Amino acid sequence: MANDTSLLRLEGISKDFYGTTVLKDVSFSLAKGEILGLVGENGAGKTTLMRILFGMPVIAETGGYGGHVLIDGKEAVFKSPFDALDAGIGMVHQEFSLIPGFTATENIMLNREPSKPGSAVELFGERLSILERAVMKKRAVTAIARLGVKIDSETAVSEMPVGHKQFTEIAREIDRENMRVLVLDEPTAVLTESEADILLGALRRLAADGISIIFISHRLHEVIELADRIVVLRDGTVVKDVPTGKATVRDLASWMVGRDVGAAAARDFRHDLCGEALRVEHLWVDMPGETVRDVSFSVCEGEIFGIGGLAGQGKLGIPNGIMGLFAAGGRVLLHEAEITLDAPKAALDAGMAFVSEDRRGVGLLLDESLDWNIAFGAMQVKGEYLKKIFGGLFNLRDEKAMRVLAEEYIAKLEIKCTSHRQPAKELSGGNQQKLCLSKAFALNPKLLFVSEPTRGIDVGAKKLVLDTLRHYNRDFGTTIVMVSSELEELRSICDRIAIVDEGRIAGILRPDAETAEFGLLMSGEAADGPIDGGER
Amino acid sequence: MTEEFKKKAVDAVRDFGWPRIIIFLFVLLLFIVAPFVGVRVDTSISDVLIRFGQNGVMVLALVPMMQAGAGLNFGLPVGIIAGLLGATLSVQFGLTGWIGFTGAIGLCLPFAIVFGLLYGMLLNKVKGEEMTIAMYVGFSIVTFMSILWIVLPYTNPTMVWGYSGTGLRTTITLDGYWTKILNDFLVIRIGSNFTLPTGAILFFALAAFAMWLFMHSRTGTALTAVGSNPDFARASGVSADRMRIASVVVSSVYGALGILVYQQSFGFIQVYNAPLYMAFPAVAAILLGGASVNKANLLNVIVGTFLFQGILTMTPSVINSVMKTDMSEVIRILISNGMIIYALTRKTKVTK
Repeated sequence: MANDTSLLRLEGISKDFYGTTVLKDVSFSLAKGEILGLVGENGAGKTTLMRILFGMPVIAETGGYGGHVLIDGKEAVFKSPFDALDAGIGMVHQEFSLIPGFTATENIMLNREPSKPGSAVELFGERLSILERAVMKKRAVTAIARLGVKIDSETAVSEMPVGHKQFTEIAREIDRENMRVLVLDEPTAVLTESEADILLGALRRLAADGISIIFISHRLHEVIELADRIVVLRDGTVVKDVPTGKATVRDLASWMVGRDVGAAAARDFRHDLCGEALRVEHLWVDMPGETVRDVSFSVCEGEIFGIGGLAGQGKLGIPNGIMGLFAAGGRVLLHEAEITLDAPKAALDAGMAFVSEDRRGVGLLLDESLDWNIAFGAMQVKGEYLKKIFGGLFNLRDEKAMRVLAEEYIAKLEIKCTSHRQPAKELSGGNQQKLCLSKAFALNPKLLFVSEPTRGIDVGAKKLVLDTLRHYNRDFGTTIVMVSSELEELRSICDRIAIVDEGRIAGILRPDAETAEFGLLMSGEAADGPIDGGER
Repeated sequence: MTEEFKKKAVDAVRDFGWPRIIIFLFVLLLFIVAPFVGVRVDTSISDVLIRFGQNGVMVLALVPMMQAGAGLNFGLPVGIIAGLLGATLSVQFGLTGWIGFTGAIGLCLPFAIVFGLLYGMLLNKVKGEEMTIAMYVGFSIVTFMSILWIVLPYTNPTMVWGYSGTGLRTTITLDGYWTKILNDFLVIRIGSNFTLPTGAILFFALAAFAMWLFMHSRTGTALTAVGSNPDFARASGVSADRMRIASVVVSSVYGALGILVYQQSFGFIQVYNAPLYMAFPAVAAILLGGASVNKANLLNVIVGTFLFQGILTMTPSVINSVMKTDMSEVIRILISNGMIIYALTRKTKVTK
């Protein structure tokens, strides 16, 4: 593939963080106007690779990288993202880097505003020249139009839906005149399906204009649909570099994981469960963006109960409210004992545990080591991992027991780390998620809430997480309430699935119900129809 | 193995930080130069040890609040005032010797705990701005107490103004009460110039051990987690507010004990404006020892106190002999405030 017409070429890139090799001899090239799909598990090194390409300071801070980046056949060394921008590389990150209070136009043109000198310039210099708002608007509108979407250029970013933010960010990159390579890191993760389709269309148009694109995504079917060529990374090396025509979604998945991903395990969902583990009556939760209005349901002993629905409809509010993290009201009964709401301690004491969807914000002590993260909950809630000294006068943390516990879970959940002393922030997303699960399991909960357990993690880690949940459910009888945006995932593991719409439960279905039925519930169409396996 | 060792050594140096290395070398240089300008090294070392014992506990007082994410305790005077109340009451009651010192400890504790609770509750209302507020709380309580020192009905003649018979003097001698009671406990004297204040060092060791126990307890662990990620702690059933209050109370108690140790070594109780700037040397010392605003450990305390007190001891004697002018105060202020600025600019090191 390495021919002389290639615009960008990576040769033998390698990189290690804190002694862990993240990238090893990665080479590929990108031709003008080509769309390259880059896929790989979390921790495979995609993000690191893109950081190197974009000259992120974090790379230099952690000891630089090995290998060469060539642009137009000449070696390029980027000391900062500014150098990369000058060389014509644009990047759209997983997290938005937009200024919320500014309009789309202002964000798109930020720091590149066309300006004309005013009287103040004479006195104070260039920084005080006057913005040419009309030109700015025209250019912003052109950039947005190139993407084929309709966004009002005068809307403040803070008031936009997530999808529009994503488009604004891309528009900012393509407005640069010298833009030649556009890197998109998981651009569709936050988009709805229809928005994603528009984005893919826009990217194709950009490629036709001669812009090369590196497209990173977990959604394999999108990659296949969009890319001309696909590079698969696994454990820091390129395992495949193939034209799209020669690969199917299945191939990609198995290359990424390096083992066969079997069809979803034969379903053995049960509907003969008896006994009630949890009953929720008229729950309301005031969680910003995920308001729960009036929710009642009950969960059987030993069941895996799924809660699905579209984003923003309130499904995330349910576990957060019950666990006392947001203001809530109504009644929640665990094994007939009423749980005090608004008090995390009460919920934990009652034997419930929660794996939050906000991994970095709520789920982890990023600066502390793995053993702290895993043992902390059990120590505080149950007084475990403490040892008595002075004849029981005083309790100290039992570092040894904590280490044993951490090592047990590191082995059990295959957490990739250097040791139990490694700070949680150094782990990749998937491994952090496993850490969150370990923390919850260490509490030996009677009832476990897991919220978006597979968000932002790769196929292999996803399977492991789901298998672990199933294992705890089947072998230890842990009742699980799983909230997820991915219907397929819910259907592969749950015994019953409730769909939340506008803060209320629209219906409860069996996992083998028709896909269309789920779709109807999500869109609020079948709110009052009789439902199989329904509420009690 | 050697490669790894080398890497670790480089990391250790980087973690230790250039300011500390420079100051360490500076102190070392002062010790080397000392004999040539007629300053005795043994006297100097003895002075450093005495000052270490004198100030160590107050530096220790900063650890819990830093760990709990409540920042540097610029409000250390809150604890110090409690200590002063304990000390003056003990003298007022005429307690002398060991009874006097332990009496002062016993009398200051209730004040320290109550002040700590109130101060902690206040700090919980101003999350994110703790250090600014703490500084003003410190200034306010010192100024307020300046009024009370005059008004409170102390009667012991060694403490009150001779001409009026009421109101405390600015400096109260502890002669005949408990001057150097810790310093002279099991004291080791070598020659006429070297004194090891065993008792004070032991007291520091005891206080440090108690702090270690506290930080390794369930509460101490919870407190550290609150400092690291309050949301995580909350989701694990820990009340961040309560933990922060606990840290402030412990800090105030250590501040009170710290000033008592300071007084017995110094030989005087200083009231009125004396406690106003007491927090700064302590803060500078712990930062010098390698603590960041949100992470501190006992090693930081020990290393920092030694370095900081080393400079304070050595600069007046050595620099003044060389330069024939009084530079010590200037250097002390330069280093303590410089260190505080340096640490505050590096505040972002903690991942949120």
